[in-house]
Amino acid sequence: MSDVRAMYEQVILDHNKNPRNYGRMEAPDRIVDGFNPLCGDTLKVYLKFDGDTVADVKFEGHGCAISKSSASLMTTSVKGKTRAEAQALFEAFHAMLKSDHTAPVDEAALGKLRVFAGVREFPVRVKCATLPWHALASGLIHDLPEETVTTE
Amino acid sequence: MAASALEKPPAPYDVERVRGDFPILSRTVRNGKKLVYLDNAATSQKPQCVIDAISRYYSQDNANVHRGVHYLSQRATDLYEEARHKINGFLGTVVGCETIFTRGATEAINLVANGFGKGFVNAGDEVLISHMEHHSNIVPWQMLCEARGATLRVIPINDDGELIMEEFDRLLNGRTKMVAVTHVSNALGTVNPVAEICRKAREAGAKVLIDGAQSAPHMPIDMKAIGADFFVAAGHKMCGPTGVGVLYGRAELLDRMPPWQGGGDMILSVTFEKTVYAHIPARFEAGTPPIAEVIGLGEAADYLTKLGMDKVAAHEHDLMVYGTGQLKQVPGVTIIGNAKEKAGAISFTMDCAHPHDIGQLLDDEGVAIRAGHHCAQPVMQRYGLAATARASFGLYNTRAEIDALIAGLHRVREMFA
Ligand SMILES: Cc1ncc(COP(=O)(O)O)c(C=O)c1O
Repeated sequence: MSDVRAMYEQVILDHNKNPRNYGRMEAPDRIVDGFNPLCGDTLKVYLKFDGDTVADVKFEGHGCAISKSSASLMTTSVKGKTRAEAQALFEAFHAMLKSDHTAPVDEAALGKLRVFAGVREFPVRVKCATLPWHALASGLIHDLPEETVTTE
Repeated sequence: MAASALEKPPAPYDVERVRGDFPILSRTVRNGKKLVYLDNAATSQKPQCVIDAISRYYSQDNANVHRGVHYLSQRATDLYEEARHKINGFLGTVVGCETIFTRGATEAINLVANGFGKGFVNAGDEVLISHMEHHSNIVPWQMLCEARGATLRVIPINDDGELIMEEFDRLLNGRTKMVAVTHVSNALGTVNPVAEICRKAREAGAKVLIDGAQSAPHMPIDMKAIGADFFVAAGHKMCGPTGVGVLYGRAELLDRMPPWQGGGDMILSVTFEKTVYAHIPARFEAGTPPIAEVIGLGEAADYLTKLGMDKVAAHEHDLMVYGTGQLKQVPGVTIIGNAKEKAGAISFTMDCAHPHDIGQLLDDEGVAIRAGHHCAQPVMQRYGLAATARASFGLYNTRAEIDALIAGLHRVREMFA
């Protein structure tokens, strides 16, 4: 199998076709717009908190299979987690994507997010995978009701 | 159409021989895949003769131009000026017009926006562009309008990606100082009626800049027939090197435009009190020019002229018709831009896959296309898209390469649909 076919893991294709937690959220606590100026892709992440816990997270927007499936898997991974846990997951995910494509993957920390390891071989696509996470991370830290982050 | 027996059969265009002139076309990519290069609107590949001209210049003739009495300086100057003649021939330059070398099409447009703007555009005036322009034919005019208190107006396009000419007629008025329109759209492939635009603008007293970055590589250019005041082209898109572009303009206007950059070569005399500028074209070629690139571009123009741009256009027209027909048969493909007259590029989307994913999977098959907004975001907005996939042809592409593209798209469907 070629590297590209390996990158498009079945899980990624599935989440691309049937994205989870897709759509607008009524009365969110935060909305973060993610924008990739290189390709023009845009993505909105909605967050609702219950105390320190991410009670609900949804997303919508235009994007490639990598950014869409990454957003979808992100929502399923962080829902119900504390802000600190979600932040730690973002950091682990980010660290994996920034690592060399031959470096071992921290499977315990990443769980099913490890399916994005194949993206490392295609540096221009790394930003597609991290775009939703940058939006999330910004929503976790800041207290602004609405803001925009970019990959550049 | 059946050829009349009385007509001499045209000499066939031997695309395989043409391919042999381009060394890069025989390389492989991605673990041994044959390269299928369909990203010509971004940049074209270079024939061996252009590569050789550049290498010959550096190994035999390198010196600065217009500056020395020594042998090599004279030789470099001659080669540089010879390239200007070659470009003039390629463009069918009109008497009273001048060709200026710039660092690219973008710089040529900026030069005009700057110089023409300072010389001719005032508060309350209007600059008219179109909805299908490349960012490089939008942003310089926006900057000019902002600086001079002028207004930027935009000719709309219809769903097929053609200029709405009635709207152009309506927008053109006594305040219009400049009409800046692309000859061929890099994002849609539309060929615009530039001669008609130039004629109408002239009647209204406006000047015209035609962005020829995407036309010069694909069709014969005849400045007499077009009648533009300014015309720009990009060397690297027409088989020439990067780092060089062409500005063709009416001398009478160029003479009245203030220089754009100051420096060596653009002056007659300099004192601290007053500098007297050189005549055109030197006045707009400040500093050491891209000498090797200009010489390489001259060689490219010669190469294209020898092939015959009418034959190149006919060959590429066949690819356009064949490619459009084949693409339409792939389920889920929508062609963006269905103008009656198209050249160079076909933009499309697929219902099952984002352009980036299309581009990525095609790349895995060795097929190089572009996915994105093509530096024409207003076009994308017009169609409610963030991006398209774009296959763009050059004079060395073949029907077999289009078949490879189509086979790749079927694989995209297998994976994503
Ligand atoms: C229509 C058009 N105009 C202008 C340009 C700018 O050319 P360059 O980037 O070589 O200056 C391009 C190149 O992409 C183009 O397609």
